[in-house]
Amino acid sequence: MPQTADTGRDGHSAGTSVLSTPAGLRTTDLLSIGDLSAEEILLILDTAEAMQEVGTRAIKKVPALRGQTVVNLFFEASTRTRTSFEIAEKRLSADTVNVAASGSSLVKGETLADTVRNLEAMAPDVIVVRHAAAGAGHLVAKLCKARVINAGDGMHEHPTQALLDALTIREHKGCFDGLRVSIVGDLLHSRVLRSNLLLLKALGAAVTVCAPATLMLPEAARFGVKATTSIDEAVDGADVVMLLRIQLERMQGHFFPSLREYFRCFGMTTERLRRAAPDAIIMHPGPMNRGVEIASDVADGPGSVILEQVANGVAIRMAVLYLLAGGQGG
Amino acid sequence: MPVVMSSDQVARTIARIAHEIVERHHSLGSLALIGIRTRGVPIARRLSEALAEIAKVDVPTGVLDITLYRDDLMRHPVGPQPVLRRTEIDFSIDDRRIVLVDDVLYTGRTIRAALDALIDFGRPRAIELVVLVDRGHRELPIKADYVGKNLPTSLQESVQVRLSEVEDRDEVVLEDAPDS
Amino acid sequence: MADAVVLRGGRVVDPANDVDGHVDVLIEESRIAGVGVDLILPEGVREVAVPDGCVVCPGLIDMHVHLREPGQEHKETVATGLAAAVAGGFTAVACMPNTEPANDEAGVTRLILERAADAGLARVYPIGAVSRGRAGEQLADLGELHEAGCVAVSDDGQPVASALLMRRALEYAGMFGMPVIDHCEDMSLADGGVAHEGFRAASLGLRGRPAVAEQILVERDIALACTTGAAVHIAHLSSRAAVAAVAAGKASGARVTCEVTPHHLALTDEELDAYDTRYKVNPPLRETGDREALVEAVREGVIDVIATDHAPHHYDEKLVEFDEAPFGVVGLETAVSVCLDRLVHGGVISLGRMVELMSVNPARILDVSGGGLSVGAPADLTLLAPDLQVQVDSTTFRSLGRNSPFDGRSFKGGVAATFVDGRAVFVNAAVSGADQLQIGA
Repeated sequence: MPQTADTGRDGHSAGTSVLSTPAGLRTTDLLSIGDLSAEEILLILDTAEAMQEVGTRAIKKVPALRGQTVVNLFFEASTRTRTSFEIAEKRLSADTVNVAASGSSLVKGETLADTVRNLEAMAPDVIVVRHAAAGAGHLVAKLCKARVINAGDGMHEHPTQALLDALTIREHKGCFDGLRVSIVGDLLHSRVLRSNLLLLKALGAAVTVCAPATLMLPEAARFGVKATTSIDEAVDGADVVMLLRIQLERMQGHFFPSLREYFRCFGMTTERLRRAAPDAIIMHPGPMNRGVEIASDVADGPGSVILEQVANGVAIRMAVLYLLAGGQGG
Repeated sequence: MPVVMSSDQVARTIARIAHEIVERHHSLGSLALIGIRTRGVPIARRLSEALAEIAKVDVPTGVLDITLYRDDLMRHPVGPQPVLRRTEIDFSIDDRRIVLVDDVLYTGRTIRAALDALIDFGRPRAIELVVLVDRGHRELPIKADYVGKNLPTSLQESVQVRLSEVEDRDEVVLEDAPDS
Repeated sequence: MADAVVLRGGRVVDPANDVDGHVDVLIEESRIAGVGVDLILPEGVREVAVPDGCVVCPGLIDMHVHLREPGQEHKETVATGLAAAVAGGFTAVACMPNTEPANDEAGVTRLILERAADAGLARVYPIGAVSRGRAGEQLADLGELHEAGCVAVSDDGQPVASALLMRRALEYAGMFGMPVIDHCEDMSLADGGVAHEGFRAASLGLRGRPAVAEQILVERDIALACTTGAAVHIAHLSSRAAVAAVAAGKASGARVTCEVTPHHLALTDEELDAYDTRYKVNPPLRETGDREALVEAVREGVIDVIATDHAPHHYDEKLVEFDEAPFGVVGLETAVSVCLDRLVHGGVISLGRMVELMSVNPARILDVSGGGLSVGAPADLTLLAPDLQVQVDSTTFRSLGRNSPFDGRSFKGGVAATFVDGRAVFVNAAVSGADQLQIGA
């Protein structure tokens, strides 16, 4: 739907000048949401909106990253995230390479350092890294000249997930300032939580987190969020309810007694949702455990934007690749 | 800062171009206007309104952002990228006569990028070009079909087009370019 | 090689003999022959001027060092470890038994002592294992270890997890006058953690090792020391709760002593932001409140010893994901600089107190010679250069390990020379006037 040129919209960077307005990211790698200022986060969202349109064309390709080599270095299997990045890279005309490496430096095979050094010898422009260890992206960035995008490092962060969550929220809610966001699930081990926390706080949202005491985010107050072990309190008046995946292995660490108990006390049901704001949206980074953190009718219900999140993933990743890989001159 | 086109002149020029378009095309049925961001867009819209008045035809109008097709960014990116905005072309361009609209024609690279972009959208029957100002110094074999004003310039000068949709008034001024 | 040497004009700090002033030190036949002014000097004595600003003190003793030999010679050998020790101003080190095989039997003890003799640098006091293979199940032959030369026992790297085994160890080792040195950490709480459990680790997505894990075992060990009347030494204290427990234990008369490392006195978990594995150590670097409590405890005298827990690793081993990297930092070649800069120049303690922490007390706890410049004692001396500007550069280390958290940092204070048995085993060319100190080399 045609807009009048560059009129500002809440959350948009309203530009009045010509295409020569410089815009880009100061950071050379995206390892953490903390690498971005609030303005840069909004720039990524705006750019992603423009990228969404490319996905509606018959020829879903633009030459922006033509001739650039992007390596998807995945140490953890993840079809969904890797596919999303791959599609984003191909839509920008980049040459993509998928490297599925062995688990870690100590598992039989090459160390992370040697894998990266070998890749570096082939001069990739961008490396997208997914690894089970926090800080793996930092190590990759230290060892190579390529731009590094963190696609998930252990329990630390998953920046593009938080960005696509933010794009989805903005499409429904417009504005972040004072928006009431509640995040429920295994907070202790969640990288999606950490990235989302940083992003939502940077944009001025009011965040509440909820989990059993055993899975609570340590020092929640220092993160600037309200913490509660009561699901009802967390959902009360929320504009956005974000559910996080419960990993079934957590039962081994005595974090909670059973999945059934978890669902009874913390699962998101239609009943519990009644306390939320009338047009609250329900989010989940996927993959979902239906009947554990989220009831099926909520996942498939009217407030659920879970599939939009997935669609937005490609546009966000295109935006990040475009903004990072630009300025690579010489 | 000499004003080379006043508000009146801009208005008359756009009206004149609209008439030229009508003259050259027996039927406006297969026509579509596509404005190149940023200032090509309001000019395209004004043309569309003028055509509706003159020929009583609603000519579909689209918006094209060519940032992702620019060759200067891809090959010699210097510093950060320009802000990317949405391309909005709600109609099929297959078999249509597309009239591309931009404010200033200079090296021709923007138009080359626009042609690349359009090819990705479909197969138009023909593409024509409207520019408000042609300032010379072409680096590619590109020419405009409709020119508002031919304005010889030196490389040190810069042409600033102001439109009331974006700034506060219509005018075209010639400035000495600041040292880059 | 002159048999008699007199070190003239230096400030001598020897708290064990109540000396702090500008006096001369006479060394004859590798022993201290006199400390004072107007000493009667033998004929042919060689006169050596102590360089300006240098301080003469009894040789420093590091009672917590990992020499890695036998079995892990790619990380360090006895020879390279001792070269690092003397460069760091240490005349003696006590080495931990977590070698491969563990030092749980006399043969390994003898091997270590042989290597030390071959190196001919600093003295080595081996610490034997508490349990066979350090597995925490059965006592090792502690008597045999003592006979072979061990001065204490520890399963360091691991705690003595079983309270029963700890009790027996305290009782049994106590018979031989050997303290049990415990790495206090409840593994069921801490295992799997790679950093201090707190805000930093939570932000960085790193599993935590909570301070309470240390506190629990410290309190247990003190209670057992009280019950048995034996001596327990708490290794590398790192948290404020554990400090409080030690203070309370001492007040109630328990035979407990404790040590702190320089890195725990100087650094906190705020260093972890870039996942640099040079800061990965166990016990982990904790919060500011913990660091400050440790410094306070040094000031107040709750802490008995500063020991480095020198833990060298090969460069490749540390160039991995933070989760995968082995724990440990080297410390022999930076300890004196860090302590002089942060503690003495920082106004926390006097030079005399530093000598107590790094020489007098270790000698007393391990019941070995040293800690004082008494007449007749072996001439083990350290010459400190308290005003020397030092820039830490791990590429110049004598240790095979480069994993120092202080790499690239500057400190005020260093070592001018190290003497063992009256012989200069290290002389720092960067100190002007130090070349004259090449005695008996």
